[in-house]
Amino acid sequence: MPKLTINGSEIQVPEGRSVLEACREHDIPVPTLCYHPALEPYGACRLCMVEASSPPRPPRLVASCVHPCEEGAVIETDSEAVRKSRRTTIELLLAGAHNDPMLLALAEEYGVKEIRFTLPEEDLCVLCGLCVRACREIVGVGAISLINRGMARKVSTPFQIASSTCIACGTCVLICPTDAIKLKDITHFHSVHGSDSEFERVYCQICDDVDLSPVVIQDVDVLIGTTIEKEVDRD
Amino acid sequence: MKASGDNPISYESFLQQIANRGRTMLLPALLEAQARYGHISPEVAGAIGAALCVPLADITGVIEFYGMLYDRPTAETIIRVCTSPTCSSQGAQTLLKELDQSLVVTPGHATPDGKHYLEKTECLGLCDQAPTALVDLAAVGRANSARILNPPGDFHTAIYADTPVITRRCGKVEPTSLANFLAHEGFAGFHNALKLGAEEICSRVKDSGLLGRGGAAFSTDIKWEGAASASGKPKYIVCNADESEPGTFKDRVLLENDPFAILEGMLIAGFAIGAEKGFIYIRGEYPRVQQIFQQVIDAAYENGYLGEDIQGAEFNFDVELRSGGGAYICGEETALFESIEGKRGYPRLKPPFPTTHGLYQKPTVINNVETFANVGVIMRIGVEAYRAYGSPGSSGPWLFCLSGDVENPGLYEITQPITLRELIYERGGGVRDNADLQAVLLGGAAGKFVSPANLDVRLTQEDTRAAGLGLGSGAVVVLSEHADLRQTFADLGHFFAHESCGKCYPCQLGSQRQSEILDRVANHEALPGDLERLQDVGWTMTDASLCGLGQTAASAVLSAIELWPDIFQGGAL
Repeated sequence: MPKLTINGSEIQVPEGRSVLEACREHDIPVPTLCYHPALEPYGACRLCMVEASSPPRPPRLVASCVHPCEEGAVIETDSEAVRKSRRTTIELLLAGAHNDPMLLALAEEYGVKEIRFTLPEEDLCVLCGLCVRACREIVGVGAISLINRGMARKVSTPFQIASSTCIACGTCVLICPTDAIKLKDITHFHSVHGSDSEFERVYCQICDDVDLSPVVIQDVDVLIGTTIEKEVDRD
Repeated sequence: MKASGDNPISYESFLQQIANRGRTMLLPALLEAQARYGHISPEVAGAIGAALCVPLADITGVIEFYGMLYDRPTAETIIRVCTSPTCSSQGAQTLLKELDQSLVVTPGHATPDGKHYLEKTECLGLCDQAPTALVDLAAVGRANSARILNPPGDFHTAIYADTPVITRRCGKVEPTSLANFLAHEGFAGFHNALKLGAEEICSRVKDSGLLGRGGAAFSTDIKWEGAASASGKPKYIVCNADESEPGTFKDRVLLENDPFAILEGMLIAGFAIGAEKGFIYIRGEYPRVQQIFQQVIDAAYENGYLGEDIQGAEFNFDVELRSGGGAYICGEETALFESIEGKRGYPRLKPPFPTTHGLYQKPTVINNVETFANVGVIMRIGVEAYRAYGSPGSSGPWLFCLSGDVENPGLYEITQPITLRELIYERGGGVRDNADLQAVLLGGAAGKFVSPANLDVRLTQEDTRAAGLGLGSGAVVVLSEHADLRQTFADLGHFFAHESCGKCYPCQLGSQRQSEILDRVANHEALPGDLERLQDVGWTMTDASLCGLGQTAASAVLSAIELWPDIFQGGAL
């Protein structure tokens, strides 16, 4: 059981915990975007950066979601270096999605008053990859993927045409932190899995041709314990 | 790319042959389809997915990750014009205009007759003969329309060395002849190593002070000892020949001229850490190197230097060649593993490190081409003789790639440390046409700018570090008074924005914003606050990015801001 110091308090955690998990267990706030407890840590959003020092080495920024709790480590979760790094990342994110409530709340907390960068058009998708990872890791399907590189990346079905492997579970919709993936356009009433039962179907905006049952969505909602209300347009 | 008409087996048979290896064969399967059909259609991708058990969405993700794979037809011939800092400063922009006039083609499009498809590309590793292009498989130096339409096949890089050690066989042996190699003390280091035994090899590598030559200058012995003592099995050796750092071509020259020496280094490493399998990952932009190295592998198998019970030493070792697909990030060691495993080339989170969880999550030693070349030398001449070269903190010979506005561009082997001034003015013949020097980009795009006032820094790790610089991959790009520095900054910006894998936010968003600001700077349209924007983005990328690409993506720009702040505030240089 390693002992480490977080924000001046010594804590002891079970073997194998990440710094982020230790923080969450001790009610120490650390913002995250690409982290989800049901998924493998991804280390991509860099909002969970904390300052770690293992003397005599100088302190450095590490991603707490993937950084292991090491014996004797000294962690600062809210130092100026940490806040500065988070501030710039939040500002960069807001440049592309400047109306997203979650990002606006973070901006408020970190004092981002002005967005000094502009993007040609707003895109709610912040390319966190949660939907792609959830589809693969939770659902076990891999119906969607990130394509391209850098800023040109986007979430896509194979060859950008309808994915034949999508099972219409709605997990991607639920896990999306910015509501970029929406359920809408209820136009069909037939079964998803080819059974005879009939229930409402909604189109998945990503797959375009695959229908989701609102009942399934509610079930998944309860299952992963989210309270975020997802947009479901009804006729 | 032209469909190759002489393939002995059908693509379906090819897929059947590799099917049992699964996803790790994804990139080879895609590259083969690209070579045969000119693009990868949904039907072909479906067949690949079925054979290798990979979801179609993942295959799309992989195709779209690599610059040399296309999901729709392009043209009979693909022309890739390098627009990295060296080529850009040596006329690449003019070349693009010339092609627009002669072939009526702009980047990203095909000629009206559909025969040629033109693309801008990042560094092709041909910098000594800038501007350059890759026309299907042919490297074209001093590129113009005529040479691009009829590639002359005359590409040859000059090698300069007072005391050739690493380059001693270059130009003196037929590269693919094992007999020639053996006649020039080839495999002498390997035979010595077999006698020494695994522990003693590691101990000598440690005593030699060998530092990795890929750019990070990490101690080779720490990697080797880590992997040797790791408990996982099997273990792997990987040779990183994904040389893509702008301004760098040393690995290409070594592999073209003395490829057996690299294989020798890999064999020694395999024997030392107890690995039985090695991979060499050669970037897709080096087709000639790939052809040469495959011949070398074949010859080694035929003559008992690969396979089972090598040279009667009860040592088994296989080597497999893998081609990259056009992605700078795959030179990052963990991204390279992901690429071999058939995934998008995203860097992994560290720890765990490759020594315990590398390729296929097994203990792996991954070293650069030049590093492996040094290993053979150390085993052949011994630690003491090796340490007579270089400096205490940077032992052995070091290779430098001199390009840009210099009289004699080429590969320079330096065995006794010299200063940057000596390299450019004494060895390299000085700035071309006796022009004044404006700046040097040292260490590639991930390196730093050096002003004419700082030329007396010795080219060793310890001296450059003390001066706040770094040798990086050994790239030395000379920019004369006539060079447009603003354009060079913009080229650097484009490079990182294009090559960022996009996994982590600081680099994905930061490299894009950095590039936009540098474009403004290049057009003399910098806005108030742009300097601060560049710094904030740069510092965040440096501190918070996931991998070495993002952590160094602002290095050159931040160094330029220190040297020439006025440029970024909208002033004239």
